[in-house]
Amino acid sequence: MKKLLIGNEAVARGLYEGGADLVSSYPGTPSTEITEFLAKYDENEIKSEWAPNEKVAMEVAFGASLAGGRAVCCMKHVGLNVAADPLFTLSYTGVNGGLVICVADDPAMHSSQNEQDSRHYAIAAKLPMLEPADSAESYAFAKAAFELSEQFDTPVLLRMCTRIAHSQSIVEIGERMQVERKPYVKTPEKYIMMPGNAKKRHPVVEARMQKLAEYAETCPFNRAEYTGDGKIGIITSGTSYQYVREALGDSVAVLKIGMPHPLPQNLIRTFASKVEKLYVIEELDPVIETAVKAMGIDCVGKELFSIIGEFSQNTIAAAFGKETALGKLPDSAIPPRPPMMCAGCPHRGMYYTLAKKRVTVLGDIGCYTLGAVPPLCAVDSTLCMGASVSGVHGFNRLLGENSEGKTVAVIGDSTFMHSGVTGLINIAYNASNSTVIILDNSITGMTGHQHNPTTGYNIKGDPALAVDLESLCRSIGIKRVRVVDPYDLKACDVAVTEELAADEPSVIISRRPCVLLKTVKAKPALEVDPDKCRSCRRCMTLGCPAISFKGGKAVVDATLCVGCGVCKQLCAFDAFVGGNV
Amino acid sequence: MTTSIMIVGVGGQGSLLASKLLGRLLTDEGYDVKVSEVHGMSQRGGSVVTYVRYGDKVYSPVIGEGEADFIVSFEKLEAARWAGCLKEGGTIITNTQQIDPMPVITGAATYPEAVLNELTAKGVQITALDALSLAKEAGSAKAVNIVLMGVLAKSLDIPAETWLAAIENTVAPKFVEMNKKAFALGYGN
Repeated sequence: MKKLLIGNEAVARGLYEGGADLVSSYPGTPSTEITEFLAKYDENEIKSEWAPNEKVAMEVAFGASLAGGRAVCCMKHVGLNVAADPLFTLSYTGVNGGLVICVADDPAMHSSQNEQDSRHYAIAAKLPMLEPADSAESYAFAKAAFELSEQFDTPVLLRMCTRIAHSQSIVEIGERMQVERKPYVKTPEKYIMMPGNAKKRHPVVEARMQKLAEYAETCPFNRAEYTGDGKIGIITSGTSYQYVREALGDSVAVLKIGMPHPLPQNLIRTFASKVEKLYVIEELDPVIETAVKAMGIDCVGKELFSIIGEFSQNTIAAAFGKETALGKLPDSAIPPRPPMMCAGCPHRGMYYTLAKKRVTVLGDIGCYTLGAVPPLCAVDSTLCMGASVSGVHGFNRLLGENSEGKTVAVIGDSTFMHSGVTGLINIAYNASNSTVIILDNSITGMTGHQHNPTTGYNIKGDPALAVDLESLCRSIGIKRVRVVDPYDLKACDVAVTEELAADEPSVIISRRPCVLLKTVKAKPALEVDPDKCRSCRRCMTLGCPAISFKGGKAVVDATLCVGCGVCKQLCAFDAFVGGNV
Repeated sequence: MTTSIMIVGVGGQGSLLASKLLGRLLTDEGYDVKVSEVHGMSQRGGSVVTYVRYGDKVYSPVIGEGEADFIVSFEKLEAARWAGCLKEGGTIITNTQQIDPMPVITGAATYPEAVLNELTAKGVQITALDALSLAKEAGSAKAVNIVLMGVLAKSLDIPAETWLAAIENTVAPKFVEMNKKAFALGYGN
């Protein structure tokens, strides 16, 4: 049956048909939908879970593989940093049931904090990696990955990128394979990685890489297409393959790499010998190019094709001196439209309070990163998951009384579960007078509303145990824990003032569910009484997309306003009327 | 021969449903189809773009400068932002609705009200309509996406009945009638 699927759904279908028994993942754009689609299959076929972070997810998948099942974990590129610890040693232990690790890179950083290239992990951890170029390949590679994993006794990395993960193309789907689970047999020398055993496993890993390199030569996912007149040959992979064919058609020969590690050296040599000039076209780092040059083969790569951002057919066409079309633009400047916090976002009240009090804010990863943009400009740093809590401790340890009373960490509920809680333990243990604000909107927001250990529901939407944040914080030694409603500006002000003044570590839980949740009902929209509005623009400092200034007065867009009433509390002239607050 | 359609707008306006409908329709018609979407941060009220390409064999999922046959825009400013991607002889179909971006709201920038006239003066073919009012007439302000698909349908070589069948296969049953009405209002506009 032919279906139009996004790459991530195609991966999920391939994994399902390949006999996946379990998936454990932490959401992260652009990888999230693989796990969401896997979770739609019956629990009797595939057990699916959101883990608190990627390291946990990979270790859960390891356990399932050890037990003899086919296991999967999925993450975005930076998630693989979190899971790097199990990854490198999983290379030594190998697998029992097949183990597939899906990792999605984000060239051009559509929704990420860096542009790292996951292929380096395959090289560093000595693991095979597959890289599809459309949904049909995403499906086929995912389905084949378990066999490859079991055949070579290795975890297999499946590398996606934004344009493959979130592009739909046509897939011919099939049926689920019936795979017999492997028995679990206690094998200490393979699965206990203490030095004596690990020393014996390292040569096994190197021998496996040799065998994989031989396999790469005939791997059906690497394909030489001898089109053109032999003058130009291009080695490429992933989405770049599509741009090359789009821009240059059949005028060039192409070696399409579907397995970027280990590379098929003989295939590359043969291909290079049949073309006059060799190019390597790959997004991000010169991984294939470096390997080709190390083989002593001359090629053109990053001097012509940027190491930064995404390509397109125009990038390729221009590099080969082909004319590209120019469009027409208006003469007026087009103001940018950056993403922003939604109207009624519960984070806004707390950020307004922090901005007003000129507090230094070490931020974290999530929707609430948007507190950094004008007009609030309330965030000082965003590094990685959990860095706000650990970072504020370091900041305060260095500056002591000079920062403790005016510096906070801000972190979401899901991110706190991911890796904020360890930082908080550190604050309690190493005794800094730090204040941590948990923005608890009862969901993992940015990635599209996934449940987490604080929400009370599992990946299927069934009731689950909910971590009690207040009790958790107290149990690790934080005595001052308080909850505020971020829609109540006065309460936010009092809480922030008192906790910053306190002479011990403290946690403020700023709690209100995300307004985009289906369970949250909007209240009637507010209006502005133009006779009362004095045009002071104080309401504009909130950065609410529902409020704008027309004809010198504030106006509320009734289609966007959800009646949160934060603007009403701010107005000194009672100009906001109506609603139900 | 590949046809390239861009669907642009403001995050949250429903571009994903429009591209899902278009993708389904074109697949059912037997074309090779690629649709490239945007998920994640820019969906939070930012500028969003979806690429739809179809033909006998489609390689690239994206559309570059001067390549689009049609740009379907849910908002006026977004039509102007992406106009450079339109090919010579292509058409912009845009909702005339104006949604101020944050730099305009804060006063850091002004909204270029006459931007469509500027483009028309340069010879760009534009079909502009108040799709929001038509969507409300159909029963929901959220149906702007389907109203605009109705307008697009007039320019594509696919019968209206096929579109209506695709709507039935794409949207939740309780919204089918409303969306069919929205499509008809766009088609008849």
